[in-house]
Amino acid sequence: MSKLGLITKGFVKENPTFVLVLGMCPTLATTTSAMNGLEMGLATMFVLILSNIVISLIAPLVPDKVHIPVYIVVIATFVTVLQLLMQAFVPDVYKTLGLFIPLIVVNCIVLGRAEAFANRNSALDSALDGIGIGIGFTLSLTVIGLVREILGSGSAFGFKFLPSDGILAFVMAPGAFLVLGYLMVLFNKIAKK
Amino acid sequence: MEYILIIISAIFVNNVLLAQFLGICPFLGVSNKLSTATGMSGAVCFVITLATVVTYLVNRYLLVPFGLEFLQTIAFILVIAALVQVVEIALKKISPSLYQALGIFLPLITTNCAVLGVAITVVTKEFTFGGQAHLLNLGEATVYALATSIGYGLAMILFAGIREHLAMNDVPKSFRGLPIALITVSIMAMAFLGFSGIVK
Repeated sequence: MSKLGLITKGFVKENPTFVLVLGMCPTLATTTSAMNGLEMGLATMFVLILSNIVISLIAPLVPDKVHIPVYIVVIATFVTVLQLLMQAFVPDVYKTLGLFIPLIVVNCIVLGRAEAFANRNSALDSALDGIGIGIGFTLSLTVIGLVREILGSGSAFGFKFLPSDGILAFVMAPGAFLVLGYLMVLFNKIAKK
Repeated sequence: MEYILIIISAIFVNNVLLAQFLGICPFLGVSNKLSTATGMSGAVCFVITLATVVTYLVNRYLLVPFGLEFLQTIAFILVIAALVQVVEIALKKISPSLYQALGIFLPLITTNCAVLGVAITVVTKEFTFGGQAHLLNLGEATVYALATSIGYGLAMILFAGIREHLAMNDVPKSFRGLPIALITVSIMAMAFLGFSGIVK
């Protein structure tokens, strides 16, 4: 596969949210607005790229029996790095995303890519795979966040264009499931033709 | 009184699946059949309660005294992974019949974010049950974990029941599988919103 293909396959063909259906918890919980979705996507991408690179480098050295615990420790280390960086530089974002930053450790996308791709490919290819899947995840989260923000609070990326408040339910829990469900239908209709 | 508030809050008002979005992957994955949903709920209930107690103690007596709170994420996931292994081995020896029922679900639980989520929540979030905001003590944390996992089981079993009926209906092609499931969960979440306001 070409280097460019490694990146672009994450956008539609192997989109982590709509096709692979991985990492549903942050997808539903943090997409109350487009900006929150974007930030969560970027945070996950950071961990995904770094853990992909390190795991592709150490994979040949790790005995098969303990590979999952080793991978989890690698991922948890980068999540801790991310937590400390975010607390230092963007404390507001860290506060909004809250619990879901440490929960990147158990995000199945990260461990899934380590198992399915990084452990049998070169560091460069794994980094590109991380970038591609990361962008795909970020895009999906931003789109879900945008739809929920428009319907729920009448604004887009914080820019208010409706005088009223919008339908509150879309910002709350039911709206998350509903928007994701309908976007998945739309995605199926368009992408799987 | 305080314990009752915690229980009602964790099961109905802030349901772990329908309001907090923790543990959605296994929720969507194994809710096709009522029997597997029940098995998974049992296993999750067991592991969440046990893991919360152990991580609470690890945090209180190991991480906090040495000023190592920043290692919480790494320490907790290791404790949970080890615990799940131990539970699996112990269950195999002590109660083969229970192991038969829960066995296949146990390895999946390590990556169930509800377990890590609850463990982190009880040591970091301040609750306002019965007066002013405070961190939970061990008793409250245990009750909170148990009630949360009951809420998980409740939502999971209800949903599995609905999904079994859904499978027999003629659903439009693009909606088949996950999309219709998500829309169903949305309606369930809306019903659970009715409980909000009972406990602050």
